[in-house]
Amino acid sequence: MLARIAAPSEGGVVISQFVQLLLAGVAQGCVYALVALGFVLIYKATETVNFAQGDMMMLGAFFALTAGTFMGWPYWVTILFAVASMALVGMLIERIVLRPVLGYPAFTVVMITIGVGYVLRGLVTMMPGWGTETYALATPFADKVINFGGVVLAVQEIAVIGMTAALCLVLYLFFRFARIGVAMQATSQNQLAAYYMGIPVRRVNMMIWGLSAGVAAFAGILLAPFTFVHSNMGYIGLKAFPAAVVGGFGSVPGAIVGGLIIGVVEALSGLYLPEGFKDVAAYVVVLLVLLVKPSGIFGETATKKV
Amino acid sequence: MRFFFKTDYAQDLRIARHGGHVFWYGLLLAVLVALPLFVGEYFLTQLHFIAIYSIVGFGLMLLVGFTGQISLGHAAFLAVGAYTEALLQAKGVPFLISLPTAALFSAAVGVIVGLPALRLKGIYLAIATIAFNVIVEEIITRWEGLTGGNSGLQVKDVVLLGQSVESPTAFYYLCLVITVICCLFMINLLRSPTGRAFVAIRDSEISASCMGVNLAKYKTMSFALSAALTGIAGALYAHKLAFISPEQFNLFVSIEMVTIVILGGIGSLHGAVLGAAFIILLPQGIAIAKDWLPPGMAPTGLQAVIFGIILIAFIIFEPLGLYGRWVKVRTWFQLFPFYRRGMFKRQKTYTKSERLR
Repeated sequence: MLARIAAPSEGGVVISQFVQLLLAGVAQGCVYALVALGFVLIYKATETVNFAQGDMMMLGAFFALTAGTFMGWPYWVTILFAVASMALVGMLIERIVLRPVLGYPAFTVVMITIGVGYVLRGLVTMMPGWGTETYALATPFADKVINFGGVVLAVQEIAVIGMTAALCLVLYLFFRFARIGVAMQATSQNQLAAYYMGIPVRRVNMMIWGLSAGVAAFAGILLAPFTFVHSNMGYIGLKAFPAAVVGGFGSVPGAIVGGLIIGVVEALSGLYLPEGFKDVAAYVVVLLVLLVKPSGIFGETATKKV
Repeated sequence: MRFFFKTDYAQDLRIARHGGHVFWYGLLLAVLVALPLFVGEYFLTQLHFIAIYSIVGFGLMLLVGFTGQISLGHAAFLAVGAYTEALLQAKGVPFLISLPTAALFSAAVGVIVGLPALRLKGIYLAIATIAFNVIVEEIITRWEGLTGGNSGLQVKDVVLLGQSVESPTAFYYLCLVITVICCLFMINLLRSPTGRAFVAIRDSEISASCMGVNLAKYKTMSFALSAALTGIAGALYAHKLAFISPEQFNLFVSIEMVTIVILGGIGSLHGAVLGAAFIILLPQGIAIAKDWLPPGMAPTGLQAVIFGIILIAFIIFEPLGLYGRWVKVRTWFQLFPFYRRGMFKRQKTYTKSERLR
């Protein structure tokens, strides 16, 4: 592929390589951003850090795989199916295991979500037809490229970026104008006040889990062409964590920006830094951010009064 | 019911509060000492791991259960201890020197992690420790000249005072002695002013600092001591496995370590040991139970599912852990017939925001 894009001058090659990497980094960053968005939605509403977010993404990818590749449904229907069924699963998880511990210390609830992660991963490997194998998810964008002035861009990556942007727009409109979206915002700002205003906080929490799980499924579908679908693909959630923290846990735009930063830094450190830095780049960035500004880039900086 | 009669000020300072303690813990120790005579090599191996994980449990309990700091990166300390021990042992340093060195080196690394921890709380601390764990794992993988990278490192048997400790029984006694020493250390630490300061920090940082507890000093100290204990466990772990490689110290090991503390019961030393025994014996139990299950169930998946369900069920139904269950049973007998159901019920509160710091 590199041979085909050989531009007339040496500088052209460097630039096109840079642009391609940047695009790959942004596309990867979009996936991180979506997973981080799932973290942030749940964290904002319930003060719970959902360690199972990556595994929910994995389950969503498997739903998409079942619908798209095994049953042969069209791509867009597949997405709808995976997102809807994952939203249902998310609401069920909230109802069954998280509702009973509402109001318990945060660390306790974190451990519960770790347990949920174990269960989801185990269930997927036990499921007949899914198991521990690796699958490819068919997409309409696979293997297509655009030649843009000597720079070859993969359509897959552009599609991921476009679809992430579209989802962000939908979510923005939802939170801005939909009644339930505004209720979700109110709940995440002040639970008690939301109760007083007659918002059914528990049901709203359940819906937020559903929404977050749906976003996770969407991220899983976008990630599938890059990493394939397998039961351990949820570990990418551990990379999305730094993304959420860099942006400031609890800030929705922060999650998107953080995800993009992590993705781009990772892609570029793979090119310019010695081998091994790519894997830890996300964590080095998050440590630096925590050292300089512990509340993240977009973090809220209110202080507690005694 | 048991009634305490204090006849002596020295009574307050004794480790064993009453005759029952002396009898039961003495019996437990006698059973543990005599155990190798009765059990096979397989069970002895499990006991090695339980002892090692108990030490890890002590270390993590000190940090999570008594100081209230979260760490999801303790496998890194285990790795530091294990690699220090393996490298020193290869150089021919005697065990009685290399083990404390491993502990000291882990403690030094613990201080490095503890310093940023002074500014971080809750999820931010958890993420910092996760990052630390991943970075340590990567350093070990890449520093091939020292650690052998992904191809791992062979570890020889312990040589103690010129004697090679290679039989499982001898290694068992070594682990037992070190575990008992660590346990006594923890008991004494927790009733000292230092331990009280840790607990004060856990319960409220603001009130602790108002009472004159130097937050920075004690938090760092807690990280260092916790890391040192984990480093000791790491040294034993390296000898037990006889082969160490970076992926044995990844994030999932850290999470498993935290489950020791949660399942055992946060804030009790008994919990650390019970949790360690539970974590080690659970996979064995599942392996035995698998014979009765219909064929075709993937064992790895089943284990993860059962493990996850047990974790969730414990937190929802038994938030005080295994030791909490025992305390409830004991209270039931002590108060018979006056035990009330709501005695250990945890109060629910509105979510207290962590965002306002």
